[in-house]
Amino acid sequence: MTETVDLAVIGAGPAGMAAATLAAEHGLDVVVYDDNAEPGGQIYRAVETVARDRAKDFAFLGESYRAGAELTRAFRASRARYEPGTTVWLVQKDRTIGISRDGKARMVAAKRILIATGALERPVPIPGWTLPGVMSVGAAQSVLKSAALAPKQPVVLAGKGPLLFLVAAQYVAAGVKIAAILETGARKWDALPHLWQAWSKTNYIGKGLELIRAIERAGVTVVRNAVSDLKAIGRERVEAVTFSADGSPGRIETALLLLHEGVISNVQLTMAIPVKHAWNATQRCWQPVLDARGNTDVDGIAVAGDSGGIAGAEAAAHMGRIAALDALRAFGRIDGPTFAAMIVVEEVAQKRLLAARPFLDALYPPPDTAAAIADDTIVCRCEEVTAGDIRKAVDLGCTGPNQTKSFTRAGMGPCQGRMCGLTVAEIIAAKLNRPMEEIGYYRIRPPIKPLTVGELAALE
Amino acid sequence: MFRRLHDNAATVTITIDGVTTKAAVGESVAAALLASGDPRCRQTPVSGAPRAPYCLMGVCFDCLMEIDGEASRQACMVTVREGMAVKRSPRPAPMTP
Amino acid sequence: MSDLDIIVLGGGLVGSAIGYGLQRRSLKIAVLDEGDVALRASRGNFGLVWVQSKGQGFPPYADWARHSADVWPGFAAELEERTGHKIDYSKRGGFSLCMSEKEFDDRALMIKRMHNQQGPKGYDVVMMDRAEVQRMMPAIGPEVVGGSYCPHDGHVSPLRLLRALHAALGDAYHNEHRVSAIRTRQGGFEVVAGEDTFAAGRIVLAAGLGNLALAQMLGAELPIRPQRGQILVTERLPAFLDYPMNGVRQTAEGSVMLGSSREEVGFDNGTKPDVLSTIARNAVRAFPILARARIVRAWGALRVLAPDEHPIYQSLPGHDGAVVATCHSGVSLAGAHALDFAGYLAEGKLPDRFAAFHSRRFDVQATA
Ligand SMILES: Cc1cc2nc3c(=O)[nH]c(=O)nc-3n(C[C@H](O)[C@H](O)[C@H](O)COP(=O)(O)OP(=O)(O)OC[C@H]3O[C@@H](n4cnc5c(N)ncnc54)[C@H](O)[C@@H]3O)c2cc1C
Ligand code: FES
Repeated sequence: MTETVDLAVIGAGPAGMAAATLAAEHGLDVVVYDDNAEPGGQIYRAVETVARDRAKDFAFLGESYRAGAELTRAFRASRARYEPGTTVWLVQKDRTIGISRDGKARMVAAKRILIATGALERPVPIPGWTLPGVMSVGAAQSVLKSAALAPKQPVVLAGKGPLLFLVAAQYVAAGVKIAAILETGARKWDALPHLWQAWSKTNYIGKGLELIRAIERAGVTVVRNAVSDLKAIGRERVEAVTFSADGSPGRIETALLLLHEGVISNVQLTMAIPVKHAWNATQRCWQPVLDARGNTDVDGIAVAGDSGGIAGAEAAAHMGRIAALDALRAFGRIDGPTFAAMIVVEEVAQKRLLAARPFLDALYPPPDTAAAIADDTIVCRCEEVTAGDIRKAVDLGCTGPNQTKSFTRAGMGPCQGRMCGLTVAEIIAAKLNRPMEEIGYYRIRPPIKPLTVGELAALE
Repeated sequence: MFRRLHDNAATVTITIDGVTTKAAVGESVAAALLASGDPRCRQTPVSGAPRAPYCLMGVCFDCLMEIDGEASRQACMVTVREGMAVKRSPRPAPMTP
Repeated sequence: MSDLDIIVLGGGLVGSAIGYGLQRRSLKIAVLDEGDVALRASRGNFGLVWVQSKGQGFPPYADWARHSADVWPGFAAELEERTGHKIDYSKRGGFSLCMSEKEFDDRALMIKRMHNQQGPKGYDVVMMDRAEVQRMMPAIGPEVVGGSYCPHDGHVSPLRLLRALHAALGDAYHNEHRVSAIRTRQGGFEVVAGEDTFAAGRIVLAAGLGNLALAQMLGAELPIRPQRGQILVTERLPAFLDYPMNGVRQTAEGSVMLGSSREEVGFDNGTKPDVLSTIARNAVRAFPILARARIVRAWGALRVLAPDEHPIYQSLPGHDGAVVATCHSGVSLAGAHALDFAGYLAEGKLPDRFAAFHSRRFDVQATA
């Protein structure tokens, strides 16, 4: 017999935890699947471990990270069933879910599903980015939180966005040496009109400026005049990074280069179902089309948090609770007036947080640099396909990523296109001079995470 | 490439390509690999180039390693356990045409 | 646009192979194709160049499939040479494995019938017992009792094949040119596709399942239907399998394809976990080491099938200049389509023996 559940939540980040906690409080049978070993998602990764074993690390990890401990505690205390180390590899429109845990796959039937799978970092294809010693900024932060690992020698951070400065500030606070921060693209002064709005309604900007001041006070070199032409140099591992700033070349020796160009919604699962998606031209990524409560066009399947649109951790939690309230209403677990009273609280908080978003989006416009990616730069890390290979496929007549995939193998490796999908589509769009909406995206099919043949064979 | 900010954490012992290494309880195999000094985890099937973990959040699949006899596991998604045997993945033998 | 000799409607493997063959005979052609997302068997197939099971009870197809396998090596070499694109064709023969005594006996009987049917033309398929099969494929599982082996079978990368054909076609290949209307006119046809109109004396309908709608534009109904096949692909594995078979083949890249189901589900090309699970189970029975391999992709694709599963080649009623080419095995037949079928088109006439491929054959069955 297939196991059934009222509400299945996929992802135990702020969105998923907040939703599950609230829904379980009101008596729904809730299960939460997450592929990590601990709850928290990306932002609150390992927050339980830190609180328990390394509380002094909060000193450099910061207050907003510590805030995750409370959310996590409430989630643990709730009656929501939590299945860590569990990968969701299939969601069907009829709301059957395929999961895999400890090498065993099984199916679960859910009455409602909330997808809260968060964000990914935007891929940053530069020459040499596949060398050992080149990692994403998010990766470095992940081991800082989960394992208290920090760069041994002076590190270079390159790119843009709030996360980059947050990690730099955390390094500074932890006494880690930073060789330089290379800020790509100019900070956009078009962001100014949004500033007042963001300033008045949130403390994001204040926090951001504080971070930058702390970094500068520590004497870190910040190269901020539109760094371009980043290259990771080295044979077996990275030895140096070269770039140009204001038209003149630069070079810094380093054993560790961290890259970041902002985050994008993780749409692997929603694309595989598929629910309807649309191109978000401001955040330059695909996102599911949602109503105000997070519902997709598929009955009973909703999305909350960054997988529905980049809005940050606090907004994710509110969005999760909004979706949970909608589910409670649908199950008849709360009456109309209660629903109305509760949802308005979440919505007001949500709106206040979203006020900062236009400012951040405008301050750090996502790069549209596909045309500038050199022909010999690898874009598909799995299959080692270069930008030039994609362009040649376009010359053969390909007009979309599914065609270039079949002609070049870009997107066919184990990451299933997560690391190359956007870049490939952007290269095609640039070459054909067409909008991204027309170019489209890979057709994503389950299993969205590799299962073994044996596991699938044993499926009942 | 990476160092531990403090050494007082509880540890387990694992082997990486047969070499005994201490790892902190609760950390991922990829974290233990980064702390070990040699971050390489595999050679690519296409060119044989060395790779190291890149994203540490289960996305890039660059961290595939053999863990306790099971090939192609994401080292960043597996928690270390006492006695765990971790191996770097060599380039697979190519097909003869 | 000046008149073309022939317009090929459909840029999958069938249309592209025919277009390639016409072009190498110096005809002026255009190949019209749909865009990035389409029902495209050419992108979803298994990549076998197959002889051993084709044309039971229908010698013209058995002959045609065998002929194609015979010309495939030359076709592959020429295509690679002309385009510089490798297509990973290999012809070492192929297997069909039997997992029980009963399967073995049934297979042996079928093979015997085919020998009788093909007679002196040489069918060349042999049954092998477990030990013989194991000598050639040491990785087989304990349940394998034997199998049939055909030296004429082979496999190819269907995606590389399609890419090479498109490369060869060059500017004659028109992507995002979905045909929306076909008009007859004095001495030929006008085809409206995308924003353009093409004119030619003759047209070839080679659009897979799209042929249903294209034939209707000229007032004809074709007896073809979709049949879904789901396929799984593993990560790249160390080389372990030298021969392809129905259901399992290791590609030149090292990944292993597993498939493929036969489902009557209309135009739904999705995947279903229970079917994928069955495919995985069969694969593990055949080669137990596959149990530990990771699946990186799965998909469903639609076969193009006539009621008897054999090809349909014919002119449409009342339109001698509109020739239909519809078949399931576009990979296997690519050699014959490029080298022979294109020749018939260039000469303006299908050979008499091709009358057997006319869809009239189904009317006969209905009245018999
Ligand atoms: C590297 C990185 C660093 C960031 N740092 C900051 C920061 O410092 N400050 C800030 O405000 N914002 C930061 N963000 C953004 C912030 O993480 C998000 O706004 C917030 O985490 C969104 O919460 P969520 O619940 O939507 O997703 P997440 O926190 O990402 O949680 C999603 C969870 O779902 C799991 N999951 C995904 N797919 C599956 C599946 N198929 N099966 C099972 N489980 C699955 C994931 O492993 C994860 O645990 C960062 C983002 C990234 C990517
Ligand atoms: S490091 Fe990217 S998946 Fe493990």
